[in-house]
Amino acid sequence: MKKAIKAEEAAALIPDGASLMIGGFMTVGSPLRLIQALVERGVKDLTIIGNDAGLPGKGMGALVRAGAVRKAIMTHIGLNPEIQEKMISGEIEVELVPQGTLVERIRAAGTGLGGVLTATGIGTPVEDGKQKIDVDGKTYLLEKPLHADFALLSCFQADYNGNLSYALTARNFNPAMALAGKTVIVEPDLIVPVGVIPPDAVHTPGVLVDHLLGRAA
Amino acid sequence: MMSDTANNTGKPAMSAKEVIARRVAAELKSGMLVNLGIGLPSMVANYLPPHADVFFQAENGLIGLGARPQEGMEDPFLTDAGGGFVSAVPGAASIDSAMSFGLIRGGHLDITVLGGLQVDERGYLANWMVPGQKVPGMGGAMDLVAGAKQVIVSMVHTAKGTPKIVPLCDLPLTAARRVSLIVTEMAVIEPTEDGLVLRERGPGVSVEDIVAATSAKLIIKGDVPEMQL
Repeated sequence: MKKAIKAEEAAALIPDGASLMIGGFMTVGSPLRLIQALVERGVKDLTIIGNDAGLPGKGMGALVRAGAVRKAIMTHIGLNPEIQEKMISGEIEVELVPQGTLVERIRAAGTGLGGVLTATGIGTPVEDGKQKIDVDGKTYLLEKPLHADFALLSCFQADYNGNLSYALTARNFNPAMALAGKTVIVEPDLIVPVGVIPPDAVHTPGVLVDHLLGRAA
Repeated sequence: MMSDTANNTGKPAMSAKEVIARRVAAELKSGMLVNLGIGLPSMVANYLPPHADVFFQAENGLIGLGARPQEGMEDPFLTDAGGGFVSAVPGAASIDSAMSFGLIRGGHLDITVLGGLQVDERGYLANWMVPGQKVPGMGGAMDLVAGAKQVIVSMVHTAKGTPKIVPLCDLPLTAARRVSLIVTEMAVIEPTEDGLVLRERGPGVSVEDIVAATSAKLIIKGDVPEMQL
């Protein structure tokens, strides 16, 4: 069983310089209270890994605005001009990764694979510096696993065993990241007693989850 | 070139975007799984042929994307890849990003419709960055172009008069894969092994107009019919 902790207690677990996977897609499915607590703690030099930089000051964009980010590994930053400015000024290093490749690199890390072979990115700047491997006459790029110190996730329902169930499009990167973060912290909308989420409705098994955030005070 | 299509039918002129969206919609058939990009490509859903039973995918995690709900009936957890509110049709399925891109790369997506910055004589598309100017990131575009069964590029024919259908892309490519079809307000062009074949003309547009607005070499065989919209 896992006792729920407060957002500021969760934020205190995360040191400056940590690498964080953060769930969500255009802020939908991102752990917004946890991000806010990190901003309030004044964390610095983070590497953040996630689909996108959110909107200015919102979602992962809140960490960008707060100056907490040194490096961002993302698929899309086009709706957040603040991270583009910081990228051009050199404050934030941005590595752009195709969306399907990002999720598979995360999954590879979380499932003990040495990487993935994908045709995505061949003939584009994405292939620069990467090994190409032919399999049965087709050429693929070797994309390596992506690990992180923490995965910061959100879900719809959690039980006190840490079993998670997501709602609609808020699922996105959260399940893959739950496998890949060394420490997994989840912000549920609702925590329910063990047994309330039927086994077939568990999307992420509780064995992967280290901490749950309790309700907002 | 032309923002609205000329016409002599007495019907109100159609905007360039409507011409493109209507023509792309005619490619969609019942039973298909289709991904529409943000912006102009998303307009295609408004012009589906009657009774076409098409499932739309939102790559952030939904098969069975429906129209934007009425104000006051939005669900904060039901959004498209642009973050806009959408609905889910009966029979929809919510999926995670790994499943979503497994569908895309694995050849389970019948058609992807995307915008374009340039397409060249090889049929290669560039649509994700302008070096030194605009670096939004590729999002899902590289997977979509590399993996979908058919890739349809929907775009206005020129960038304020500058041709977008060019001999060789000078912008970074989205994928080294020949796209299936280019649909603009002026023309339908099919990239083939031999080059770009002009298949149809836009409403009121002549072959000469199209050639003048295109820097790539076009293969023109016989009469080129006007789009049926």
